Amino acid sequence: MYSLSSIETKETQNIIFPTTQPHIQIKDLNVHIEGKHILKNINLSIPNNSITSIIGPSGCGKTTLLKTLNRLVDDTKGVDVTGSVLVNGEDIYGKHAEVTHIRKKMGLLSQKPFPLPMSIFDNVAYGPRIHGERDKKILKGIVETQLRNVGLWEEVKDRLDASATRLSIGQQQRLCLARGLAVKPEIILGDESTSALDPISTQTIENLLVELKKDYTIVLVTHILRQARRVSDYIIFVYNGEIVEFGKTEDVLLHPKNEITQQYVKGFIT
Amino acid sequence: MANVKTRLLKENIAKVLMQLSGITITGSLFLIVGTILYKGLPYLSWEMVSQLPQGGFYIGKEGGILNAILGSLYLGTVSTGLATLIGIPIAIYLNVYVKNGSFLARTSKLIFDVLFGIPSIVYGAIAFSVMIWMGIRASLLGGIITITLLTIPIVVRTIDELLKTIPIDLKHVTSSLGATKWEVAKILLRYIKPGIFTAILLAFGRAIGDVAGVLLTTGFSDNLPIYIDEPAATLPLAIFFQLSSPIPEVQGRAYASALVLTFIILFIVICTHYLASKQKKHKI
Repeated sequence: MYSLSSIETKETQNIIFPTTQPHIQIKDLNVHIEGKHILKNINLSIPNNSITSIIGPSGCGKTTLLKTLNRLVDDTKGVDVTGSVLVNGEDIYGKHAEVTHIRKKMGLLSQKPFPLPMSIFDNVAYGPRIHGERDKKILKGIVETQLRNVGLWEEVKDRLDASATRLSIGQQQRLCLARGLAVKPEIILGDESTSALDPISTQTIENLLVELKKDYTIVLVTHILRQARRVSDYIIFVYNGEIVEFGKTEDVLLHPKNEITQQYVKGFIT
Repeated sequence: MANVKTRLLKENIAKVLMQLSGITITGSLFLIVGTILYKGLPYLSWEMVSQLPQGGFYIGKEGGILNAILGSLYLGTVSTGLATLIGIPIAIYLNVYVKNGSFLARTSKLIFDVLFGIPSIVYGAIAFSVMIWMGIRASLLGGIITITLLTIPIVVRTIDELLKTIPIDLKHVTSSLGATKWEVAKILLRYIKPGIFTAILLAFGRAIGDVAGVLLTTGFSDNLPIYIDEPAATLPLAIFFQLSSPIPEVQGRAYASALVLTFIILFIVICTHYLASKQKKHKI
């Protein structure tokens, strides 16, 4: 076991990535939940049009970090967030920030697929509908485009009125991705999105994400190192609520600078 | 392994205990329904369910209990309807708008638990004193208000339990699509729709079967319940009055009235189950 005091993270905390304009910028972020310091002094720039994976042992705060990005962390009991998260330069924790608007920009792909209790068509059309799209032709177009985007169209085009829960779990997860894309987000957040899927569905989702990164900024939480290596361009290694290492995938996984990252990559800490 | 035998023994004891309670409950149900049928069926007639009590009905004269049947139906459906309309928003508010585990959420849930357990005679007594203070006499309206108050906690607690079974992720993915809290609430309601029928059914059962709550607030009347500010008859009270009669024929009518009440509830249960089964299509 490593105690917190033994980790030297100060030098590695303030890595700002040399990208044209970082899509997401986190500044001095601290999250306390019921008095417990969950995320400590996080400073990060997440580059656009790339996949950034957050890795780290269970309970290190990686999911909390992801949830601070779309303010889902607000729902947690006894939460206190300080610092700022800038998306396109706009602070989502600022005084005038509007949560609904912020969340629309970020599609969430949860751990297990959660189709809405309605038909396949309505699942994808739900987002555009609540944002005011009423034209049936346009809705049909959106549904088809997004289902094609996730490679589900051919499988479901004859049963769009069927309940979404009838689909297999892998299809459901792709449907959830299509549903998220239908509201035209800029960012896709994935919270261990393949952990409930079989290997083939996992591969499908991974390939989709890699394809989607040309249009979106993608942040994934994963506990599977091999997956992080397969899909991501950048890796954030979180340990005990601190960012220990952040860099290009091959740098972090193959040549980790920090001792604790080395231990994790070798599988000594889980 | 030596302990396999003991484990199997425990398994069998548990099974026998469960079967015994099953038999007891089913047996009691058959006993109750059987008694009502045996004692009430000979007195059940078209005249009884289609006529008002004629003069001296409760001492064995002509007439029926149409006033009580209609009174109970009014009281039951209107109170349940009102309780549902008031109770569902309360449950939604506590689960979607109020932060989970906050002081308000915990206190309200505690209060509803207590209200759930308060006997209906207490509701009746309180409503009665308020009515006296306001100068209102026992009436259908008084009964509706009392029974609504009595059934709101049932609706709130049942819906609350249903909402608790929804995984938080469903809430999260819905709000990630940019949905407002009200839109999230609508999705959650859709998700628990089949269960809402159960909540309504529970509330209706309590509302239509209650005696103590209506005893002081609704009174009793031999007339049809046409005016909301006049006393009205209810089936449970009719049963009570007829049972207290020394005349065997009137007592028999009490069982026949009980039979009518049971049929109404059976009808509502079947309707609710039918409606609920229609809704199950999208259940996750």
